[in-house]
Amino acid sequence: MHFVIIGNGITGVTAAITARRLAPDARITLVAAESAHHYSRPALMYLYLGHLRYADVKPYEDWFWAENRLELVHAEATGVDTTARTVQLTTGQALDYDYLLLATGSVVRTASWPGQQLGGVQGFYGLPDLEKMSQATQGIRQAVVVGGGLIGVELAEMLHSRGIRVMWLVREPRYWQSVLPPEESALLAAHIRSYGIDLRLATELREILGDDQGRVRAVVTTAGQELPAEWVGLATGVQPNLALARAAGLETDLGILVNELLETSAPNVYAAGDCAQHRQPAPGEVAVEQLWYTGRMQGETVAHTICEQPTPYRRGQWFNSAKFFALEYQTYGRVPAQPAADTASFCWQHPTRKHLLRINFRRADHVVTGVNALGLRQRQPVWERWLGEQTPIGVVLAQLAVANFDAEFSRQHEPAIRREFARQFPDIVLPAPRRKGLLGAW
Amino acid sequence: MMNDLSAPSLGFSPPAAATPPGEKPVLAAVALGLLALVAAAADADASRARLTLYLAVALLSGGALGWAWLTFGRSAADWHPHDLWRRSSTSRGAVAWATGVALTGFYVVLYWFPWLLENLIRALDPASQWLRHRVADQWFLYGTFYTLAVLVLGVRALWKYRFSRYHLARTMSVMFFQLGFGFLLPGLLLALQRPEYYFTYFWPLKYDYLFPGTVAQLLHGGGLGVFMVFWGVVMSFVATPVLTYFFGKRWYCAWVCGCGGLAETAGDAYRHLSDKSRQAWRWEVRLIYPILGLITLLTALLWLGASGAVPALGVVTGPLGQFYGFVIGSVFSGIVGVGFYPLMGSRVWCRFGCPMAAYLGLLQKHFSRFRISTNGGQCISCGNCSNACEMGIDVKQYAQRGEPIVRAACVGCGLCATACPRGVLNLENGPRAGRLAGSTFIHADSLRIL
Repeated sequence: MHFVIIGNGITGVTAAITARRLAPDARITLVAAESAHHYSRPALMYLYLGHLRYADVKPYEDWFWAENRLELVHAEATGVDTTARTVQLTTGQALDYDYLLLATGSVVRTASWPGQQLGGVQGFYGLPDLEKMSQATQGIRQAVVVGGGLIGVELAEMLHSRGIRVMWLVREPRYWQSVLPPEESALLAAHIRSYGIDLRLATELREILGDDQGRVRAVVTTAGQELPAEWVGLATGVQPNLALARAAGLETDLGILVNELLETSAPNVYAAGDCAQHRQPAPGEVAVEQLWYTGRMQGETVAHTICEQPTPYRRGQWFNSAKFFALEYQTYGRVPAQPAADTASFCWQHPTRKHLLRINFRRADHVVTGVNALGLRQRQPVWERWLGEQTPIGVVLAQLAVANFDAEFSRQHEPAIRREFARQFPDIVLPAPRRKGLLGAW
Repeated sequence: MMNDLSAPSLGFSPPAAATPPGEKPVLAAVALGLLALVAAAADADASRARLTLYLAVALLSGGALGWAWLTFGRSAADWHPHDLWRRSSTSRGAVAWATGVALTGFYVVLYWFPWLLENLIRALDPASQWLRHRVADQWFLYGTFYTLAVLVLGVRALWKYRFSRYHLARTMSVMFFQLGFGFLLPGLLLALQRPEYYFTYFWPLKYDYLFPGTVAQLLHGGGLGVFMVFWGVVMSFVATPVLTYFFGKRWYCAWVCGCGGLAETAGDAYRHLSDKSRQAWRWEVRLIYPILGLITLLTALLWLGASGAVPALGVVTGPLGQFYGFVIGSVFSGIVGVGFYPLMGSRVWCRFGCPMAAYLGLLQKHFSRFRISTNGGQCISCGNCSNACEMGIDVKQYAQRGEPIVRAACVGCGLCATACPRGVLNLENGPRAGRLAGSTFIHADSLRIL
């Protein structure tokens, strides 16, 4: 069996590693244009910050691939013949496949702003973008970042580390308002501003202005304000990379359309990760998932199917985590920006420090439905269990210390959280609490 | 974009970081301090050399503290190791090589050419008289510098890690043990005409503490000497296993030990330089366990020889003892161990050479409640944890597989958990049942990582 994988991101690589485990004799080939070896895309910012070297963001040492007989082809795939079962490469070579996985990831999405082709204006997704940014931001004093998502905050943090003044334009009137409830938004916006970032909410980009050399010199907002900029980062999202799928004649929409076995419209051709779009996503789930861990799960799932263990993709409980400058964010279950009418939302904030815990629960039976944590680390398996077992809020709050994943000697806030809960929800009686001890009483 | 094949294929090389102008005066103070140190060493006039030495210590300490404040005191209290791999001093650049050669050279002079330090040693006579009621020698000079380094750069670490109570506690602990048990108490014992003894060093690290000669000598020292032998035996064979069972080897390596203390303070800027490759790990295993075997064998042979049962043993134990004392005790622990900080990271000795670390590590791996837990399926393989590991453990290999980290080498410094941008790692002492159980969020693959 020859299993060819296009793309060496987390999805493609997880599929390769899983397939090697399930099919020790299979021939497995990973084709990738961007880099010779798999690297961690979320870690790109740390190269710019000088925390890490390129070798440090490669999750596996270079010997790993040859030792596990995973063939690496550093070339771009330009076409797929789904009848002859071949992939054409830029090198002129063609690869025969028995099974093909498209894990081609994303490309930067931009609106068509006037001036976005100017020098010093770019998106941020891969290694080439990092190289470009690294060169273009040397010695500059001010930059503009457009877009309030996670890439936006990465760009702001990167620029800030070099002493570059950052103006950050976010279209929404409050920070990340489509995802976060108001308290989280406010805490994050204040936190980001405490680093001197000029975060401008409710501000949209209209146009980018250049100088005589074709380099950016300023941006203009829809309010007509002109802001000076020596570099502009467009962080307005990514979209599935469909170039190869279209060349292969596969059915696509926003992404490459797949069923729950991650099969595309062509036989023996699969798609997974950022580039895939579920034809029928499970209730409450999105069709295109652009997360590190869903990419890993999809890669693992598709490898099972290809190795004769057909496995439908099931994501399980929603979770996510991120870091905004030094402030960590974790979420488990569902915490929408506006709770549904049948859901109560309990929110505790430390009076002076940057800690926040929000737990949503159903009004009718008090069952917890989701949690947001800022500046507190929560234990994922515990929340997974609480959410899965429909645990009432009272039990959760009594045992909250069990979910505490903060470092030893950290201050514990569970008693304060319970007091605040008693204040906000005096009608709900909490069982007696449990504590987290130094000897690991969990 | 996918079709750009040219530039990035070999990876990203960051530009060098410039030294901020504000840091130049404090760096100048450090340089002047070093110059004053050389001047003091070259000055045969004892009182002038003493003043120059005090000036040197003031400039070095003041400069280092000033630099620490400029680097960490002004920015937000959080983990931001910016530019570590862009600075010449911390990325094996020219400054790092110069520092490494100077440190190594200092050890060579200290061990084999101490007369070159004679003026410095004489300059410390008043301090030595005050503490120990006797004149200074090269080891007093060394102990003074060592303790100063732990204290001054300990303050730097306190500043740097002021957001974390774990790191504050750990840093204050090593500063306390070095000052109290590594410097003041042994000096006080000498002042009281007692045998010099370090209550925080045990066999097999301080290997001669359980040699028959040392034991006999201590037993002649009256009640205190008897207590010292008793203490040494209990700490090596009872307290070490018991404490390691509950807390892992970190209770010693990252909280008490003087070598660890220097690594956690003076060596903190170099922790990321520890080689994380499989090749380095193989060297570690090849070196550290044979060294533990060697010192155990030597100790056993010495006791056998002392019993008089095998009179010819001296032929073996003499050269073996000399070899161990020279190659392991002097060259490895001092010259390579500290001298190579700026090139190979702060735990070269602890990682490749220390027999105590090997002993504690075996206990930690097979007989302990300690582990580093990984949190579900959230690892993004960014590599920050491995980068921060001073013991050269490729932590991310475990985290990205969702496996708890149970490794003999881990000294429990906790920096991997601090460096993790997703809060995936946590140092824990817990029930031994399920200690090795991986996360159900990531299906472990069976492919080899070591």
